[in-house]
Amino acid sequence: MSKSRDAKAEHIRRLLETEGEAIGENTRGFNVGRYESVAKLDDYEGLKDEARAIKEDAIERLPDLIEQVTETVEARGGHVYIADDAVDANEYIAEVCAEDGADRLVKSKSMTSEEIEVNDHLQERGVDVVETDLGEWVLQVADEAPSHIVAPAIHKSRAGIAELFNDQFDPAEPLETAEELTMFARERLGELIEDADVGMTGANFITADTGTIALVTSEGNARKTVTVPDTHVAVAGVEKIVPSVEDLQPFVELIGRSGTGQDITSYISLFTPPMDSPPVDFDDPDTPITDGEVNRDFHLVLIDNGRMAMREDDDLRETLYCIRCSACSNTCANFQSVGGHAFGGETYSGGIATGWEAGIEGLDTAAEFNDLCTGCSRCVEACPVKIDIPWINTVVRDRINSETEGDFEFLVDGLTPDAEESGPDLQKRLFGNFETLARLGSAFAPLSNWVANAAPAKLLLERVAGVDSRRDFPAFRRPTLAEWFEERSATADAGDRQVVLYADLYTNYMLVERGKAAVRVLEALGCEVAVPPVPGSGRAPLSQGMIDTARTKAERVSETLDQYVDAGYDVVVIEPSDLAMFRGDYERLLPEEAFASLAENSYEIVEYVYGLLANGADADALATGDDTTVAYHSHCQQRTMGLEEYTLAVLEECGYEVTTSDVECCGMAGSFGYKEQYYELAMDVGANLATQLRAADADHVVASGTSCTDQIGDLLDAEPRHPVALLAPDG
Amino acid sequence: MLPWHESASQSSREAIMTASRGQYDRFASRAADFGVELTRVAPDEATAAIEAAIEGPAVGAPPGVEGVALPAGVTTDPTPAELNDAVTGVTGASLAVAEYGSVLLRADTRGSEPISLFVDRHVAVLREADIVPDMVAAFEWLGETVRATDDSVILATGPSATADMGALVQGAHGPKAVEVVVVVE
Repeated sequence: MSKSRDAKAEHIRRLLETEGEAIGENTRGFNVGRYESVAKLDDYEGLKDEARAIKEDAIERLPDLIEQVTETVEARGGHVYIADDAVDANEYIAEVCAEDGADRLVKSKSMTSEEIEVNDHLQERGVDVVETDLGEWVLQVADEAPSHIVAPAIHKSRAGIAELFNDQFDPAEPLETAEELTMFARERLGELIEDADVGMTGANFITADTGTIALVTSEGNARKTVTVPDTHVAVAGVEKIVPSVEDLQPFVELIGRSGTGQDITSYISLFTPPMDSPPVDFDDPDTPITDGEVNRDFHLVLIDNGRMAMREDDDLRETLYCIRCSACSNTCANFQSVGGHAFGGETYSGGIATGWEAGIEGLDTAAEFNDLCTGCSRCVEACPVKIDIPWINTVVRDRINSETEGDFEFLVDGLTPDAEESGPDLQKRLFGNFETLARLGSAFAPLSNWVANAAPAKLLLERVAGVDSRRDFPAFRRPTLAEWFEERSATADAGDRQVVLYADLYTNYMLVERGKAAVRVLEALGCEVAVPPVPGSGRAPLSQGMIDTARTKAERVSETLDQYVDAGYDVVVIEPSDLAMFRGDYERLLPEEAFASLAENSYEIVEYVYGLLANGADADALATGDDTTVAYHSHCQQRTMGLEEYTLAVLEECGYEVTTSDVECCGMAGSFGYKEQYYELAMDVGANLATQLRAADADHVVASGTSCTDQIGDLLDAEPRHPVALLAPDG
Repeated sequence: MLPWHESASQSSREAIMTASRGQYDRFASRAADFGVELTRVAPDEATAAIEAAIEGPAVGAPPGVEGVALPAGVTTDPTPAELNDAVTGVTGASLAVAEYGSVLLRADTRGSEPISLFVDRHVAVLREADIVPDMVAAFEWLGETVRATDDSVILATGPSATADMGALVQGAHGPKAVEVVVVVE
């Protein structure tokens, strides 16, 4: 194993052991809560659209909104400081503290303040900084970094916190329960807040019309932080501004539901500074708090730190719509296993962190964890502002690739005929050029399979390209699906509908049986089927961040299939990740018209069968399940496209009794689980799926995606079939 | 769209008041989901109901509901020491949101914000007519109000809570229990 891959594998292994359990339990709890909470909304999609539109508009008009909020706040006697970067912000804040003669500053939770590392800066200048959010305080006591953007101490168990507090504070009675730990922290922090000179908060949103700082919290510490001291410093990225108070409404309804699965958090504070509420001066305990004038000092520190450049960047701009809810972390299968200490950068974690870290810290930081986004797309529907998080990860990966010097190129030039001008590393290029491998592998099958799975070849591949030797390679097949189809003499009569079945790389060269089953099903339902040779969709290179190569493939697919679409054919796709290309990613790769034509005329195989049955085709022409049981794992991208239901409905229509898995992703996610540095993580993610599939104890195990098929094969030692194989007559 | 969504002008404000009578049950059921206790009373019973909800010592700010006075023994304009010693804090709530069981607390000059925050029990006094159906209506009202008054407002739902110590605990930094006395006019 290469040194860097070795170190990465070791880091992940350690986190799986030490933090995986607490993170898994907590994030899955949030994720289940999200599904339940958003289901209660009358119009969840409409609310997300509203939220998205507000952010798009606000970022578009950002310079005007910054000006407006500045005028509004200053007109009331507050101060606004626009900081170019962390140093600039920290110097300003230190100055405010110095002028105030502040000995202690209390803080409520703020990721932006973590980003600028203001605590260290102030502490070096003699200001005692106290985190008052209980999770943040635990980390301050433990001297650890947050592992989650909303629940920063999510990686720590109750027992771990009890041990920490008992060690550090030596209480009269050892602390044990969550209640005891909370009350201990409440009391101790309460005393520290009483003596505070300055309160610092972040801002979830800032309204330009009123200069209101909106804070979404549950503990009440932000309220105390703002109310007790007479000086309030709010630190926020410039992107937090929305035009008006009314614009807060969709976010207030979405943020808690999307993040921790709460319909709403205990407190949404709308501080319109300087506040009328009297400060509470505990140094003067016997004077009524309402005596005398309220004289509060307020500073809003708006931080650029790369954001205005992100605003100009067509691919990173969307990151600025992020409301830091954590949905993309909680729904992510990889995050659920390792948390933000592996899937995160300097400050931010989870899928969207790639955008933040690339924009704020730079590509080097993003490169350290960007691979952990497998593009499974489960975060896309979870994001309350509909950010295409996988695309941001792909773009950043592409940029990282083009900064890297290619290695060992002489070894693979023949195998990697990609369109990349400069150097994705060899591992990425190998997987990105899977089409070439598949074509060669199939041509020389079965010899190629024996060689590929022979020990010397596996060790060589592992050493050179980081392909984990614990994985078996998929068996390449001869003839390919397209060859079989062409040689086949028996073809059905001209049917009612004409279908071009897309022979994706996996179906064509490896999982040929599912292709044959699809042909038989379509013909049985009266379709005239064509299976022409068509290039790979570009999914493989896209997932490695090789966008130019993916675009070339997309153009070739579009050229070939367009002829059929023009002639009235429907395009039917077996591999869900390829359909996701046609319906989604191609929008980024093809001219608008070419994209729309293919997207509108493409169907997933069982979705199409459902449509045929709904339009009068006879289900009796298909195989029947005779009440046998099926354990079904839908594919991550298939679920994001909302297609799982069709497979369930058709299998049930044909007499199968189906149970489904509810894990977000199988863990293999294309080539991810083949990479030696991620093998153990992929198997950890897969363990949940294996447990569910075993518990179902079904007659058939079926999966729609190729990588799910490989992964389940490794997990259960038996390869699952595709649902269409259960539907094929004589199947 | 409901008529009171259109604008928060005087006439629609009256529409809110009329229409909101029907919102009590929805509000009560949602607030109960978050562990909030509720009492629904006529104005002349309100002071007694507040008294019954109090566990002493208590601090308070005038609730701002016509005809409703704080019970004797509730300390207004508290000192920091009284604030720290108080078990209960009584304040008014300016508005409530039926769909979420939330109440809107204004951070006024009479100390309502610390009074509702530093105590174990918060008793909020709310006019039934001030219950609006949903967040859209609430933010219409907030937009108008905040632009006109520069007020700071807390949208509070249930007691303060945290799950940071490994399980859900009520009463993190703020109140452990909340009771809303709803005054029917």
